[in-house]
Amino acid sequence: MLGGDDVAPDLTDVRRAVEAASVAETARITATLIRVTGDWSLAEDCVQDAFARALVDWPERGVPGNPGAWLTTVAKNRAIDRIRNAASEKRAVGELAVLTELEGLEDGSGGYRAAGDDRLSLIYTCCHPALPLDARVALTLRTVAGLTTREIARAFLVSEATMAKRLVRARAKIRDAGIPYRVPPPELISERTSGIMAVLYLLFNEGYSATGGSSLVREPLALEAIRLTRLLSALLKGSPQEPESLGLLALMLFHHARRRTRTDAAGDLVTLEEQDRGFWDQSAITEAVALLAAADHLGVSLRSGPCSYRVQAGIAACHMTAGDFGSTDFARVAGLYDSLAQIAPSPVVELNRAVAVAMSQGPEAGLALIDTLDRTRSLEGYYLLPAAKADLLRRLGRQSEARSEYQRALDLAPSETERRYLGKRLAEADPGATAEFIPNESATATQHERGQE
Amino acid sequence: MEYMLFICSDPSAPEYVAAEDSIVEWVAEMEARGVARHGDRLRPVEDATTVTVRAGEVVVSDGPFAETKEWIAGYDIIACADLDEAIEVASKHPMARFGKIEIRPVWPLGE
Repeated sequence: MLGGDDVAPDLTDVRRAVEAASVAETARITATLIRVTGDWSLAEDCVQDAFARALVDWPERGVPGNPGAWLTTVAKNRAIDRIRNAASEKRAVGELAVLTELEGLEDGSGGYRAAGDDRLSLIYTCCHPALPLDARVALTLRTVAGLTTREIARAFLVSEATMAKRLVRARAKIRDAGIPYRVPPPELISERTSGIMAVLYLLFNEGYSATGGSSLVREPLALEAIRLTRLLSALLKGSPQEPESLGLLALMLFHHARRRTRTDAAGDLVTLEEQDRGFWDQSAITEAVALLAAADHLGVSLRSGPCSYRVQAGIAACHMTAGDFGSTDFARVAGLYDSLAQIAPSPVVELNRAVAVAMSQGPEAGLALIDTLDRTRSLEGYYLLPAAKADLLRRLGRQSEARSEYQRALDLAPSETERRYLGKRLAEADPGATAEFIPNESATATQHERGQE
Repeated sequence: MEYMLFICSDPSAPEYVAAEDSIVEWVAEMEARGVARHGDRLRPVEDATTVTVRAGEVVVSDGPFAETKEWIAGYDIIACADLDEAIEVASKHPMARFGKIEIRPVWPLGE
């Protein structure tokens, strides 16, 4: 089992091996231990203990040939010990059956029977709609992604104690409210899978939209979200939910591809038009294009209806594959927003559609749509509506109206980053300035998704 | 597992339509499935009485213990495999449409 290298390996190599094993194995081992023991804390603790042991053991004895099997054995034995010790104190019912099953667990290189299903059960349970949204996110990061409570607390800018309490509460509700540990039955699977994707996309946005001081600690969340969506897509392979999952992965990769160009050195937002496309991550874009094509192809063959993430990825593809801003196919973008409005109607989608219409048919057409939307007051308090309106007015040379809309947007802007951006635009919108249309990047790509959450 | 369904009024819910009230069918289905244990309507809050004992003295007051816009209009004790089944059972109750239903797991003494 410990058939690793004879020579003691380099410490950094060992650490790298432990990290790689953590990424590859945490969810699988945790998922199986939860299935067998029904005890979330026990499973998580035992897996964490196994990694702690690896950090001590592997530098001395070498990295085992099959790290996953090694970790599984250690975690399993730890679980057996803990259950035996607890059982001698209070003799819980059913303990013997659990122990028998634990001891019977295979830990060879073949992995567990139905290991894939265990991981899916884990993800579906972590994202059960009866859990509060913040708990779904935290639990997914803790048990599926294998992040420590401290890491999650740091990323969500709360104390470790607060995060620990949130996780304890979530595990208690799973147990006490009888949330089942399983892949949901066919009648629930579509709705519950959408629920998982909403959690993963929220997680992605937490990392992606972080700016300024918090971005360093939050950015890894976007990478975790991408990794988890890859895992979900692999686990859903061949199911009717696969196209949507691939669409979500493509969408994340499109956004991720321009992460370096979203803000400037001062931390100010840079619009899609002004971003330096030379710094976009071309390999991420290429992968996203291929994933979206595969998702659409599968969607057709499975006759699954249009789904929101695939359409959103289609919109992102229009932006990300255009050589420059001016050559973006805005008519297609407007058409895709039309489809999106049918699948998931929302005033934010209408606003984005209006911006795309302005770009393809001219500012008057866009302005008319925004005015209609403004009158419904459905986006009252949402700063991007007056911001988009101001940009169109400025483009039409109606500077004083543009200024008052910029002011309105400035008063509603949620954070300093947006206020600085709008302040600059307001300063530029003096009567002498040349009219130039600068759409807000968020209005075309990111904000509508956040608005739907 | 046992759950209690609190059948609640909801001022924001659609108007009650007697013709769409499927409570008889719901009771029949849940009894046939062996899910429904016990349940009934409750008289309005005007008929409520609140009792406290303070310093050994019984204090009786008129009305509910909390004045709210929503009130509990009925209850059902159900036995289900898990929360997903309880959600399914609750979602079929007519008051899920005309009001709202809170699902609470029963917590047996000694557990």
